[in-house]
Order: sequence, then structure tokens, then C-alpha cells
Amino acid sequence: MTAPDREATATGPASHHETALTGSAPHREYLDRLAAGSVPFQTCDGCLTAVFPPRVICPACGATELRWSESSGLGAVYSTSVITPRDTDPYPVVLVDLDEGFRMMSTVVETPAADVPIGMRVRAHVDREGSSDPRVVFTAAEAAEGEEAS
Amino acid sequence: MSSRDLRGAAAIVGVAESDLGEVGQDRYAVELAAQAAGAALAEAGLTTRDVDGLFCAIAGRGMAPLDVGEYLGVRPRYTDGTMVGGSSFVSHLHHAALAIAAGACDVALIVYGSTARSDSGRGRLAMGPPELPSYEAAYRPRPPITGYALAAARHMHQYGTTRAHLAEVAVAARQWARLNPKAFARDPLTVEDVLAARVVSSPLSTLDCCLVTDGGGAVVVTSAARAADLPRPPVYLLGAGEAHWHRAISQMPDLTVTAATESSARAYAMAGLGPEDVDMVQLYDAFTINTILFLEDLGFCKKGEGGDFVSGGRIAPGGVLPVNTNGGGLSYCHPGMYGIFPLIEATRQIRGEAGERQQPGVSVAVAHGNGGQLSSQVTAILGGRDAL
Ligand SMILES: [Zn+2]
Repeated sequence: MTAPDREATATGPASHHETALTGSAPHREYLDRLAAGSVPFQTCDGCLTAVFPPRVICPACGATELRWSESSGLGAVYSTSVITPRDTDPYPVVLVDLDEGFRMMSTVVETPAADVPIGMRVRAHVDREGSSDPRVVFTAAEAAEGEEAS
Repeated sequence: MSSRDLRGAAAIVGVAESDLGEVGQDRYAVELAAQAAGAALAEAGLTTRDVDGLFCAIAGRGMAPLDVGEYLGVRPRYTDGTMVGGSSFVSHLHHAALAIAAGACDVALIVYGSTARSDSGRGRLAMGPPELPSYEAAYRPRPPITGYALAAARHMHQYGTTRAHLAEVAVAARQWARLNPKAFARDPLTVEDVLAARVVSSPLSTLDCCLVTDGGGAVVVTSAARAADLPRPPVYLLGAGEAHWHRAISQMPDLTVTAATESSARAYAMAGLGPEDVDMVQLYDAFTINTILFLEDLGFCKKGEGGDFVSGGRIAPGGVLPVNTNGGGLSYCHPGMYGIFPLIEATRQIRGEAGERQQPGVSVAVAHGNGGQLSSQVTAILGGRDAL
């Protein structure tokens, strides 16, 4: 894979350029949807690219109309690194490719850190346990639901 | 002006490091930058009064060119504070050549300083204004190592690269450092030592990571015409190319392919040269995986074959391709942003002034900078008069 495709589409920025920031702020909208239990991402109306993290402009085509979507939460581990702190248990930091076509950093819980291979099918959960904002974490997906989704 | 017109239009006429290693808590980044600037200008037979172009980036100093300009008493007519992480200084060289060719300045000073080692743990690091919200911080990656660890894990998964391959990079760097009296880490190092070191963010251990040192550097650039009248042999910029595709590692499209594929293609096109014409490579080895990725992306071996390419001492002293002959960020010095040091070492090797580590007949050298987390990639191709 190389750099994102830069080709503009017919519904690109020339025909629909917004001059002011309108609608809800992307990060606020993301957090509100996350708090309500969904795994939110955006979809570009112009080129249908899945967009994450949230933005006000499509990084693939430049269109400014992005629609909020809800992910199935199913995906696969693209890469993983186990961090070994001196004072606490090891934990994995993973990059997950969601089936809808976007990638996010996350972690996999309820599985030993060393047992999270690249390619592992995972399912998203919204973790509201922490003291800060809610976050998306993943657990191992059942083989059946993984196959179903792919 | 086409990119080919820039080939050989500007030359490096002076280089210097500041004090390196650990300079103590009473020293400041701008002081090290100024120390290096004075030494590089003296080598060039110039003074601060000759400088009319200033190119500078210092971590945490949003107006670094103003800090350094005031400190040196330089009043530039052209200033560039491009900040693309550790690759900034290779980018500055490209921009300086463009500015000189356009007549915007005549003598460009590229300068950097850092007290990263002395700063650690004493609260000198100020908080900046809020950036974009992070979509990574909640998962507690250890920046920047985890970004590089994720790339290493993916490279191992796709191409069978091993931790022993990564260790070969650290060992080669150390063997070069043992020939450089200015290098910070000069003790013997084996592949077994690297494999036995504590894993911090798998698959990378402490010995897969660059040093944290203090240090600064400076590079003086002027037109080829003026360079001919200055004391040291000019080292010409033959080609330069820049590229960046992401900042956050989770936004990097393919963790095994960096934007160095594009930056190097642009640099080779300008120079009219290819990897087969290159005598040595100075690249930004923040982590051992960098060397493997960049040797692939700069065209010295095929994608996925970097592990074998660096093994068996092939990039070490006596190997087929000298890489990071100063010892690199892994063993020589790494003050936060390493990118000015590849330019300094390549210049010295082309001039034949690298002491015990000097390689014979260096005509063309690549100096490659990396910034962010495999994000910004900037390639420069340097050569002596015979390469023009
Ligand atoms: Zn789009």
C-alpha cells in the first residue's frame, strides 16, 4: 500500500465547500456516541471512505460532508506490541483494522498480553471503567462471528 | 527552476558538533546550538556576520529561529523554522539550497541544540497549548518506542524478520562507534547482549533503542560559486526529496513501508543517481528497525530483505555498505532529534576527514532523516567535486 489516493471525486470540495464549522464538534460527538455504547466512525459522503479519527474534512478526497456511522466492532489485529512496565502487569498495545475499513490503536483485554497474535479476530467493547473518557477496547472474537463478519 | 537545476547548486562548506553526551544542568539547548554554529562557521572561513539565512528547529521552542538569531546576533533576510521532528535538518538543507538558488539568501546556517539528557527528570519541559485530542493515549503506548515496535512486529510477521536481525543493526552501530572517539557508547556489544536486554515494548529491548544524550550541530551552506573560494572542499547537494504521509502511528497506511520510498525517489531523480552509485549511508536509526526499513525504502535491498541485508557484519566496518559510520543514534549520540548528524558525518566522510573510521574513496553519500513516528522522511544525496 502507498499513500492515500488523492483523486478528488465529483462531489469533492469544489462543489460543496463549507466556509464555517457547522454541526457538532467531531471529538465531542465521538465521545457522546461512545458514551452511549456505540463504536463511532465517520463515512465520507463523497468517496465512501471510512474516516477515523473524526475530522471536518475527508483525508481521501477533501469533501467536507462526513456522516457518522456505527461500527460492527469486529476487526483483526494488524500489529501488536506488549509493553512491560517495571511496576505493573504487561499489556498489549494493538492496531486493529475494523471490518468497515478504518484502523485504530487499542488494547486487548481478558487475554494474556503475549497471546494476542497479529491477525487475531477481535470484538470491540466500550470501556467506561477508567477515570477519564470512555474508550474502545477489544476482546477475542468467537471464530464464528469473525468469519460471519469477513 | 526544475529539480535538476538544483543539483550541485549549493554546497556544505562547514560542519561541527557542539559538546556531546552530558553537558550538565547549567547548559541550555540554544548554547549548544550556538557553540556548534561558531565552530561550523569558523571551519567555513566565515563568521556570524556572513549569515543571512537561518534554519533552525529545537524541540519545545516554537520560535527557535528567533531564539538562535538573537543569541548569535544574526539578522537573517531568510528564515525557516520547519519542524518535522528529527528529519527537520535534512529538510532545512533542501530548503536552504532552494533559497540560495532563488537568491533569497547567500550563506545559510542550519543549527540545532538539545539538552535532552540533562533535562530528564528535572522538570524543565514546559506544557504547550493543547493539540488535537489523542486517539492513542488512552491505550498507554510508550511514545515513541511503541510506534516503532508495532512496525517491527508487523515486519517480522510479514517477512520473517527476527530479533537477531534487529540486534545485528545495534551491533554494527556499536562497532562503528568504537572507531569514533566522540561516541557515547563504546563498550563491546554482541547480538546475544541485545537479545538478553530487557524488552520494553515488544519486540524492542533497551538495546534496540537510541541513546538519550545532549548535543548540538551546525551545517553551513552556500552557493557552489562561493563555496569554491572557501577553505574546505565543498560537499555538494546533488539531490533532495521530502515526503510525509501521517503523524500518529495508527494512521500509517502500511507499517512496513515508509514515505522514504517517495523521498528517496525524488532525491535520486534530482541527482540522476541510484542506490548503486552510493558509497555509504548515514540514516536516522532511532530504533534498530529504522535501519532495516530505510535500507529497503532507499533501494539498497528489496522490501522484506532488510534483515538479511544487515546481517553478518554487512553494514559494519569492513562490510559491503558502510551505514552510520559515526555509530548512529544507537551508539554515538541522540539528543532528541538526530537529523543534523547524518549531514555532518556524510560531509566528513566525503572530505576524507573521518579519522579511524574514514572509508576510502567516498564520492557519494546518502544522508536520510526521519521525523515523528516513521512519519516525515527526508533524503539528501551529497557528493564531492568528482560526483558533480
Ligand atoms: Zn472522501
